[in-house]
Amino acid sequence: MEYLLLLHADPQGWESLTETQRAQRMGEYGAFTEALRKAEVLRGSNRLRPAETATTVRLSEGKTEVLNGPFIETREQLGGYYLIDVADLDAALGWAARCPAASHGSIEVRPVWAM
Amino acid sequence: MGDVSATARAAEMAARRSYGKLVAILAARTGDVAGAEDALSEAFGVALADWPGRGVPANAEAWLLTVARRRMVDDVRRRRLDDQASEHFALLEELADPADAHALPDRRLELLFACAHPGIDRQARAPLMLQAVLGFDAGAIASAFLVAPAAMGQRLVRAKTKIRQAGIGFRVPGPAELPQRLDSVLEAIYAAYAEGWTDAAGADPRRGNLAEEAIWLGRLVAALMPNEPEALGLLSLMLHAHARRDARRDVQGEYVPIAAQDVSRWDAAMIDEAEALLHRANALAAPGRYQLEAALQSAHSVRRAGAPVPWAAIVGLYDALQGMSPSPVTALNRAVALAQVDGSIAALAALDAIGGDVRLRDYQPYWAARAELLARTGDAVQARAAYERAIGLERDAAVRRFLQRRAAGIDAP
Repeated sequence: MEYLLLLHADPQGWESLTETQRAQRMGEYGAFTEALRKAEVLRGSNRLRPAETATTVRLSEGKTEVLNGPFIETREQLGGYYLIDVADLDAALGWAARCPAASHGSIEVRPVWAM
Repeated sequence: MGDVSATARAAEMAARRSYGKLVAILAARTGDVAGAEDALSEAFGVALADWPGRGVPANAEAWLLTVARRRMVDDVRRRRLDDQASEHFALLEELADPADAHALPDRRLELLFACAHPGIDRQARAPLMLQAVLGFDAGAIASAFLVAPAAMGQRLVRAKTKIRQAGIGFRVPGPAELPQRLDSVLEAIYAAYAEGWTDAAGADPRRGNLAEEAIWLGRLVAALMPNEPEALGLLSLMLHAHARRDARRDVQGEYVPIAAQDVSRWDAAMIDEAEALLHRANALAAPGRYQLEAALQSAHSVRRAGAPVPWAAIVGLYDALQGMSPSPVTALNRAVALAQVDGSIAALAALDAIGGDVRLRDYQPYWAARAELLARTGDAVQARAAYERAIGLERDAAVRRFLQRRAAGIDAP
């Protein structure tokens, strides 16, 4: 089954890190990504730009409404994702627990609706 | 008539023995608990129509499984499921021929772990087990848990949908996760037991039965995981408590506290079984919450042999329990036991220390204990006030009358 790991974290956390700490954090993510790749479960992954860069669009009475900012304002922001293909929820939760974001934020694990 | 009812009974007994086993087998590969239940209930329907004429087949479980599997395959053919219909279908095809009909695998443990998965709403776990493993309908479960049937139905549907759509696996967790996950299974069983236990008057047979069904589940887990001390501990705890169920009321239906219970009304065989389980658990040398609680129950059972209750040991057990899983209720019980060892004044001091906990503010036993201790120290005014509070918080009429008698018995001033 495919699961999307949605990485949520407070961007303040990243801002407050020193250069060395940031390099270390990036190293952790690199190692995690590499572990997923070696296990042959990784289907895709990206880091997202901060929520301030988000633009939200919806169609209202036929008119396109474009709004500055994310769909929902929260302290924790969606910062990135991993798409993985594993046997079941426990396997997905196992990977999520190893992701660095589980330590400095939280990870929502959502099954992908297979078409 | 005789034949029909005999067949009906045979079918009912087969249902009882086989239900969870068959649901577990049917749902294990697909994760579709609701689909498995529907197919199985149809299979039981066919059995009821078929067996009286032809007789109960030699291997009733395999027969039911074959019919249910066909129903599931037909069902998938009829309506495309929202997700992974083709994969689902392939799995069912693979299952359509039981490899060895005489040795059906027992996957109930896997089913229990799926029902108590931390991804399932905590309040849905015990009801889900009762439904998926024992075949209770949502209405019976709702009345046992004092929840509106529609709300319970919805809770169960959501939980089953979550199992299927989130891909919760039917497997016993690996060693790293096992302790926590097993705890979740045991907690759900204990929750069902506690719901049944509260109906001491036996006014509602469904709630009373719930305690017995929980014991049945406890026996199942203890049988399937005979080397898990906490599984044995929980069963021991439930049996100890259950052995005293009749002694909690006197012949007039009045409440009798444990210390005043007539030991001849305790179920001796059940206590013996509980003791044997606790010994087995202790021999595995991995203490835990349920073993400690069973040991507390066991300490009271020495009264059977006319021995005094070992209160100092009980205080020690509460200390150990408090160290393992701290709770204000444990602290309260410890204080009550302490009164027997160090006297009422020390116990009141212990109660004062936890009295600020908001979780105890509306907890009847806290006020009843306080009242009792205050009365013993001669503070009649405060004691009456505390009894008043306890009486106002109690929903069981027999316990209310007991508290009223205690309050009335306080010596003036």
